[in-house]
Amino acid sequence: MVQPTVPRQLVVVGGGMVARRLVDALRSRDVAGQWAVTLLCEEPRAPYDRVALTSYFTGRDPDDLALGGQELWDDPLVTLRRGVAATSVDRDGHTVSTSDGRVLPYDSLVLATGSYAAVPPVPGKDLRGAFVYRTIDDVAGLRSYVENLRTEVDRPLRGAVVGGGLLGLEAAGALTALDVHTTVVEFAPRLMPLQVDEGGGEALRRLIEALGVTVRTGTATAKIVGRLGRVSRMEFAEGAPLDVDVVVFAVGVRPRDELARESGLEVGERGGVVVDDTCATSDPAVWAVGEVACIGGRTLGLVAPGYTMAEIVADRLLGGEGTFPGADLSTKLKLLGVDVASFGDAFAAEPGGLEVVISDPVAGVYKKLVMSDDARTLRGGILVGDASAYAALRPMVGRALGGDPAAYLLPEGAAPAPAGDLPDDAAVCSCNNVTAGAIRCSVTDAGCTDLAGVKACTRAGTSCGSCLPLVKRLVTTELEKSGIEVSSALCEHFELSRAQLFDVVRVQGLTTFSEIIAKHGTGRGCDICKPVIGSILASLGTGHILEGERASLQDTNDHVMANLQKDGSYSVVPRIPGGEVTPEGLIAIGEVAKDFGLYTKITGGQRIDLFGARIEQLPKIWKRLVDAGFESGHAYGKSLRTVKSCVGSTWCRYGVQDSVGLAIALELRYRGLRSPHKLKLGVSGCARECAEARGKDVGVIATDQGWNLYVGGNGGFTPRHAQLLAEDLDTETLVRTIDRFLMYYVRTADRLQRTAAWVEDHEGGLDAIRAVVLDDSLGIGADLDLAMAGHVDGYEDEWAAALDDPETLRRFGSFVNAPDQPDDTLAYVSERGQPRPATESERADSGVLIAGTTLEVRR
Amino acid sequence: MSVEVSAEVAAAAALTWHEVCVLADLSPERGAAALLDGVQVALFRTHDDQVYAVQQLDPYSAANVMSRGIVGSRGDVPTVASPMYKQVFDLRTGECLDAVGKEPKPLQSYAVTVVDGVVSVGLPAPGPPGGAT
Repeated sequence: MVQPTVPRQLVVVGGGMVARRLVDALRSRDVAGQWAVTLLCEEPRAPYDRVALTSYFTGRDPDDLALGGQELWDDPLVTLRRGVAATSVDRDGHTVSTSDGRVLPYDSLVLATGSYAAVPPVPGKDLRGAFVYRTIDDVAGLRSYVENLRTEVDRPLRGAVVGGGLLGLEAAGALTALDVHTTVVEFAPRLMPLQVDEGGGEALRRLIEALGVTVRTGTATAKIVGRLGRVSRMEFAEGAPLDVDVVVFAVGVRPRDELARESGLEVGERGGVVVDDTCATSDPAVWAVGEVACIGGRTLGLVAPGYTMAEIVADRLLGGEGTFPGADLSTKLKLLGVDVASFGDAFAAEPGGLEVVISDPVAGVYKKLVMSDDARTLRGGILVGDASAYAALRPMVGRALGGDPAAYLLPEGAAPAPAGDLPDDAAVCSCNNVTAGAIRCSVTDAGCTDLAGVKACTRAGTSCGSCLPLVKRLVTTELEKSGIEVSSALCEHFELSRAQLFDVVRVQGLTTFSEIIAKHGTGRGCDICKPVIGSILASLGTGHILEGERASLQDTNDHVMANLQKDGSYSVVPRIPGGEVTPEGLIAIGEVAKDFGLYTKITGGQRIDLFGARIEQLPKIWKRLVDAGFESGHAYGKSLRTVKSCVGSTWCRYGVQDSVGLAIALELRYRGLRSPHKLKLGVSGCARECAEARGKDVGVIATDQGWNLYVGGNGGFTPRHAQLLAEDLDTETLVRTIDRFLMYYVRTADRLQRTAAWVEDHEGGLDAIRAVVLDDSLGIGADLDLAMAGHVDGYEDEWAAALDDPETLRRFGSFVNAPDQPDDTLAYVSERGQPRPATESERADSGVLIAGTTLEVRR
Repeated sequence: MSVEVSAEVAAAAALTWHEVCVLADLSPERGAAALLDGVQVALFRTHDDQVYAVQQLDPYSAANVMSRGIVGSRGDVPTVASPMYKQVFDLRTGECLDAVGKEPKPLQSYAVTVVDGVVSVGLPAPGPPGGAT
């Protein structure tokens, strides 16, 4: 395409993050090629992520700090001049002179020169070993100085950081990472005086001191004493001097406005090029953006408002009307591993504000919300030690919070997610100024289908990343709402979800897989849908899990009623209800283990697991166990596993109810109940909760008046505490409530969905479930009761039944043409007096193998 | 009972045929292990009474368990899913259809005939390694 005109010349002075954003924004919008851009970058490298500078100390390469891709610098309309500074500006001639002796003409000039690190005028500030903290070169110089010094002196190194603000704590983190014992010296009476209040500063001090950093607040540095030209001691206006090997000044930044001053542009009282809300200086051909700009009477040291200014200038250069909306000075940082966030009117400067404060010195947490005088509207806040609520709270500044503000300050997960009803104009990503509406739009209009796509499309979450949890929630909500259906189909063979399938099987009284797939599915099933249908048929009490065609539906664990282990052998778990077992029972299990050479281990569910059984041994092992009075423990099934109990009032000095008795009754009642996922129960005899019942799907805790019932707990990958469903129930009501809860779960949960996720996903949550099982809000109570009664009456021990059926037993042959021949590839070695599978190298050296599980049965 | 022979495998010379069992010994839509001259083979009978044979060794867990997997279909392809880590294989060719995030590793497949209800499996004759199929 032919350019309509010769492009106009834009010169950008400065090579920081804001300068890059300006070039990026201009080039992505200037499709007609109206502007050619020259970027003068004083540092010998392209713009980099200065915010992440400290990560340079944790092993990151300078290249890792690159911002975006190289493509921008390959653009023919963009010229990047590295290592070249602007030396003067001729505003009448519209030219810039550069340090390499050139004179560049401009149609528009943008000053993006940023700041330099301020150094207080203390004696000794120019000694070797005194540094500032601003550029990659500063940081690299500091690192090599420390590393060289370490080779010279044979003692731990000591350092000081002058300045306890944001940058100072960054620098302290860098020194600590270099293994330097660090003291932070702050003139103000607290750390981070600009961001946090006194309480927050105290919390921060405790957290930082716990990391081995010494903090001296309210301290003015008087001078730095040198020895052989290098820093060696600091002296203060008051208090003891401090021996140091290195000093970092981090007392703040000053705008680099020399070019503007020399060329006669207006500058602010405390420095900075004065601009209006369009970022224009007093010369209409010259703009200023970022830290060098004095906007609304002050300079701003954060990257987010700088980005906003860059966007405005890009917009104005192309004839747009953008204006600066005012700066969001919110910050969230991880300094020395400590979360600190401050947002909105953090100091309650606006009259009539109410402060809600939670201060927990033990947990190392300080949180404050500033609310309007009616406690409805959020004005700002400070979070120290745990800033997880920041992403949800910051966009709510100036809006009604809804509910008790204190609830937002409670730890982990307790804060409700306002993402669903966040207004479209709420800024979610303040670094890149992305609103909730823009994120929703990227899903609905731009067709993004995941978080990565939305990040690429909107830039949300690409700078500091603190808003990512919120972005993710918005994306998920929007995906679910819009056409992109989150399919509930079970697999390629069934369009129905598990709950729907359960209903049609139950209502139509279907009893075989062939019938079900012919009526409601396609093909011949798979390892997803077959076990689900096997489980549904079992839940509905339609006979033995291995009866007829049903056997082909079962996963190998259910198929041989044992648990497959890594080498192809199985483990066997007899049921020990409530964890109560007689000495005779223990002896019987021990003898079986001994005779078959099995490895034995106590499980977390208070029973005994026997490992290393070959498939053809399983019936022989179970014959012995059944004869000794044991039955299947269903450790292999998606079904009730155990009801764990403490010893309860029978023996315990503190127990108030018979927890063992109840646990046994519950385990015998629900044994064999097939469910969408495994089920674990627990019963504790008093509030001390020794049975860890709240970590179970159903937990019962004894009270003086009866039983408290908790539901929806689990351990595993995402541990959950069970929530209180009902209090002080008598035993009969308790059992009926558990009956209904379990049966309702079995009927309506998704495949492999444990009770915690089911409760969470259930419309109306726990309250709605409580209404169903206690108040019979759906009118299905009697039906659920009947179904459970059917299960209890229909129970038979799967293993005893299998031993009586020669057809079932035939499946346990090792080989169809040699049913008693052991798999000779199984190999074991002895460890701590028991067999375990041999490793690959042990197999190669067959001398270490032991007989393992090949011993014959005695008797 | 029809005779089912994979054409290309039958064409390959030098198969040693082993009579294994009768069809009735195999449960429909389920596998069974067989031991042929020290080689462990997994046999599968599908709902239409076709019989397939693949190696019993699960290439992902190195355990001899393939016959204990769940038999099913993907489109028209008869499949078995490893009982260990759930990789899915084409019963006809042994091709790995779903490696569950791992490198796909195929199963060795074997020729099967069913004549008068007797199931036979053709093993490649002992020869240079890798000479099969």
